[in-house]
Amino acid sequence: MAEEVLLFGVGRSPFSGRVEMALKLKGVEYKYVEEDLANKSPSLLKYNPIHKKIPVLVHNGNPIVESQVILEYIDETWPGYPLLPKDPYERAIARFWAKFIDDKCLPAIFKAFYGEEKEREQAVEELSEFLNYLENELKEKKFFGGESIGMVDIVANLIFWLEAWEEASGTELLTREKFPRLTNWTHEFVSNTIVKESLFPRDKLVAFLRNRIGGPNVSK
Amino acid sequence: MAEEVKLFGMWGSPFSRRIEIALKLKGVSYEYIEEDLQNKSPLLLKYNPVHKKVPVLLHNGKPIAESIVILEYIEETWKTNPIWPADPYERAIARFWAKFFDDKCGLAAWNACWAEEKEKEKAMEEASECLKTLEGELKDKKFFGGDKVGMVDIVAIFIAFWLRVLQEVVGADLLTPEKFPALFKWSEELVGCPIIKENLPPRDRLIILFRARLESSK
Repeated sequence: MAEEVLLFGVGRSPFSGRVEMALKLKGVEYKYVEEDLANKSPSLLKYNPIHKKIPVLVHNGNPIVESQVILEYIDETWPGYPLLPKDPYERAIARFWAKFIDDKCLPAIFKAFYGEEKEREQAVEELSEFLNYLENELKEKKFFGGESIGMVDIVANLIFWLEAWEEASGTELLTREKFPRLTNWTHEFVSNTIVKESLFPRDKLVAFLRNRIGGPNVSK
Repeated sequence: MAEEVKLFGMWGSPFSRRIEIALKLKGVSYEYIEEDLQNKSPLLLKYNPVHKKVPVLLHNGKPIAESIVILEYIEETWKTNPIWPADPYERAIARFWAKFFDDKCGLAAWNACWAEEKEKEKAMEEASECLKTLEGELKDKKFFGGDKVGMVDIVAIFIAFWLRVLQEVVGADLLTPEKFPALFKWSEELVGCPIIKENLPPRDRLIILFRARLESSK
């Protein structure tokens, strides 16, 4: 049977962006289905009945949801470009940082930009602290994955969204002075051919976020 | 070099017990170090500087933190008695349920038990929804892992043991055989399993812990 790979996503979502990046890095052919979050398709609701969110990867009729779960599945299913290191300890470190980004950085980003006025200042402070951990973890590496992009880099695509949020809201958080390594990383990351293909156009994203600030509608 | 495995944990923590259960199921010898969470040891803070939490596994001097990350590491490092499914798709499903449990269920159940009067109803409803979803996933399986205890069972063991003790102490009836027959039966089976039952916190000690918390919240 010919392999069938479907991805239900939303162009401006960093979470579906991650899956596209991974599939492209692996050279996997897939069909992309753009969802309208205000009017979710019956297929999406059928494939992700519990969370009703994107991204959803459907491989030969089998749905997988949650972006990091999907990334692990992609790495295990299609050989070639490795998303995770081979060594179990290095894999554990990569998983730790990927989890850190979604468990800590993501909620802080949300609160910093979409939260109540009084929560925002503290959220920005917290976010700065978390970004510092990432800055230190990067060390002298080009990417979190070393010489090439790995799972942590893909999950850290949130930083591209963070920069867009900053521009849209007129805030300055991720400066070269405070975060030189992360700034370099962002530049390397968005310059990568494959990543470039999977990123939502920045000006469109900034325009969208400018409109949206105050009303989040982003899925995980 | 002889292998050295250490686990920094806390006797009452379901996250720490997950790791002990996994190590014991795989027959891995380890040294256990009990942490006083009110007075964390310099070693814990050194090995988990980001979160400063238990559990932390130390394998030949290298630390790993975050219980699910540790469970993945244990599976990849010690191949006897696999706890994770072999098939990538089934593994993805297991990872989904582990995440669902940690992101939603555990906290919802915990909060429902400790909720103040005015928030109680809503918290109980949320927790019930989670349990309903778990009940649906369990269906007629003995364990989430099928016939054998698997990773999702180990992750969800909070419901099978801790929740049942807690709901008794605070007087909530979240997990009952009437409301969730499959889940209730699963909880009995799971805590009755030979290796698991020896690696759960002493029930009466847990009751004292929960009672103390209940008293101080009044």
